[in-house]
Amino acid sequence: MNSAFYAAVKTPWDTIGPNLLQLVLALVAFAAIVYLVFLVASRASVKTQDWLKYLVFLVPASLLLLVGLVYPTIRTMIMAFMDADSELFIGVDNFVWAFTIPEILIVLRNTAIWVLLVPILATALGLAVAYLTDRMKRAAVVTSLIFMPMAISFVGAGVIWKFVYDYQPNKFKADIGLLSAISEALGFTPPNWLLEAPVNTLLLIVVMIWIQTGFAMVVLAAAMKNVPDEIVEAAMLDGAKPWARFIRITMPMIRSTIVVVLTTTMIGTLKVFDIVRTMTGGNFQTNVIANEMYSQSFRAMDYGHGSALAIILFLGCLPIIAYNIRQLRLERTER
Amino acid sequence: MKSSKGRALAVVASAAIAALVFAGCAPAADNGNGVNCDDYSQYKGHEGTEVEIYTTIIDPEAGLFKESFADFEECTGITINWNGTQEFEAQIPVRVEGGTAPDLAIFPQPGLLAKFAGKGLVEASAEVTASVDANYSADWKNYGTVDGAFYAAPLGANVKSFVWYAPKVFADNGYTVPTTWDELITLSDKIAADGKVQPWCVGFGSGEATGWVGTDWMEDIMLRTASAETYDAWVTHKIAFNDPAVAAAIAQAGSIIKNPKYVGDVKSIATTTFQAGGAGVVDGSCAMHRQASFLGGILKEDNGAVIVEPTDVATENGISVFYFPGASADNKPALGGGEFVGAFSDRPEVQAVQLYLTTPEWNNKKAKLGGWFSANKGLDEANVADPVNKVAVQILKNATTFRFDGSDVMPAAVGAGSFWKEMTAWVAEGKSDKAVLDAIEKSWPKK
Repeated sequence: MNSAFYAAVKTPWDTIGPNLLQLVLALVAFAAIVYLVFLVASRASVKTQDWLKYLVFLVPASLLLLVGLVYPTIRTMIMAFMDADSELFIGVDNFVWAFTIPEILIVLRNTAIWVLLVPILATALGLAVAYLTDRMKRAAVVTSLIFMPMAISFVGAGVIWKFVYDYQPNKFKADIGLLSAISEALGFTPPNWLLEAPVNTLLLIVVMIWIQTGFAMVVLAAAMKNVPDEIVEAAMLDGAKPWARFIRITMPMIRSTIVVVLTTTMIGTLKVFDIVRTMTGGNFQTNVIANEMYSQSFRAMDYGHGSALAIILFLGCLPIIAYNIRQLRLERTER
Repeated sequence: MKSSKGRALAVVASAAIAALVFAGCAPAADNGNGVNCDDYSQYKGHEGTEVEIYTTIIDPEAGLFKESFADFEECTGITINWNGTQEFEAQIPVRVEGGTAPDLAIFPQPGLLAKFAGKGLVEASAEVTASVDANYSADWKNYGTVDGAFYAAPLGANVKSFVWYAPKVFADNGYTVPTTWDELITLSDKIAADGKVQPWCVGFGSGEATGWVGTDWMEDIMLRTASAETYDAWVTHKIAFNDPAVAAAIAQAGSIIKNPKYVGDVKSIATTTFQAGGAGVVDGSCAMHRQASFLGGILKEDNGAVIVEPTDVATENGISVFYFPGASADNKPALGGGEFVGAFSDRPEVQAVQLYLTTPEWNNKKAKLGGWFSANKGLDEANVADPVNKVAVQILKNATTFRFDGSDVMPAAVGAGSFWKEMTAWVAEGKSDKAVLDAIEKSWPKK
């Protein structure tokens, strides 16, 4: 009677125990496989070893790439030309839909605004902060404050900024929004920030810039540290003013880093989803491709529309990636 | 002497042991736990069998369900395996197609149920059908019926046709609970004219699901301005989404939601969360808020509200509900939802469990455990402790018609997509009734 009673009460170990056992078993199995592979490899002739080397290292990676990347890409491409349930081929209807429905045109327009504004502003701000703090005393205080948002997830940042933009319509209740408080102090009547298009899209972009500036700053500051002091000193002796030194010396010397920061931020911005979803849910004309792609595929269960948007996003990323790779190659040949 | 005493002891001891050992299998009517197993005689004859129930209902609610089955299991010898997962909707097709269908599945909405009719789902037995006929209204049975065949019996219910209000605020200001739509509007005008509180708080905000509150308003009013048949035709797209009947409903919804005298800033409805809207009733900043029964739990947790009987006009922060009135006092449709128990196996023990869940006995037992009610006609209001659930049971009993939340039944592209988005744009961007309905009509999947 008693033992049955105790058995019914679950302790955390009832869950942790079996999981831990599985973990240990998996690790042992993994070690055994690795050992086996090395055992076979060591017994093989030198010529087979050469082949084995490629086989052992490339096959698992390519298999995972095939399953996790190549196959889904191809499948998405096919589904983009099929109907909602992926049963019938309907040609380019999904793309016609994407480029004719007014709601989706707004989505495309917003994504374009994001992709233009975020990388340029975040990089410019990051560059400015990096340059200003380059030879500053106690720069760590400033840089760590600016870098800190990087550690916050997009969803977390969205929630934080939602409070900043909060608006209280009920006159019987207290207003808690920081931005409303500031504008009231300046003598404006605050609007409902997240509701007013097109200002709301810009307000969402501010959140992304707030996060990305830290990244741009850190990478660019590291690049600036690599600018040789002799060159800077020589320029100073020649009488170059700080602005001229920045434009003529620092900028050209960290150009490739700026390009990398710009393109990385751009790709990150194309994918932006969390901020929009958390703050407006894509309403009030703030929607972007990644969010609409999700809504179409997994809310409306229309895989055709969702896949078509995914392909548009993919095509948008391609030139940026191609440019980035070209830059990296150029840099390598320069060295 | 000594030996006989010893023998007597031994006899007593062995008798005691025997009593202990046999207690479990004794055919006594009372099993010692105060349970009268005679009540379960019709389900007997399946000792040692197991029945799996697959469901979206997980702990803590699942615990109450298990508790309600305990006596049944003990008396019948049927073991009920409660298998709750939030992945139910995604997993049930996988399990059915994979040949590992559960014995019983609790479907959270009829649309999903219909997909399995004739594809694994077994028609309800004659006994289950008879019990459902006796204990539930035709509307409820209808939702478990696909193409004329009755499959799934109703389980729990929820009701959405509620207006939340503070009885104390109403009493202090001399407001009375309206029973018709005209009275509701007269009351709203009066509250607005008094200027002490805002008549209505409306909040459409709900993160990624923003707008669903608007769809509930539309559905509730559609049930009041049009017939149940028109409502069904609307939900299944037998009439267009921009049909004049639908236009009449959205116009009537707009007479409250888009009236700045009632709701303050109309645009801000889109950014006010429904919880924040409901909180207005608790803190006294607005008088009324239309929302389903679950809101009570949130306001209790987050805003220190006390759920009271409508007659309790003394309690501070006390909130209660009244029925969202129809056109006339005898027009009482109810909007809500519920779960349906379908069987994927016709084994007798499975049918026994399915039958037991339709009985007033089980429904009363489950309701007594708290936080739950159903549309079972045999459910005694006295067993429903929560004042709001009590009102819900009354609404269900008095309802002239009962209809499911329409957006849950419509295709996802509309019900969880354009309908939400367009209702949001309707308030946020001041989109006209016509533009909203036209856009939703356009988004309805072609086949």
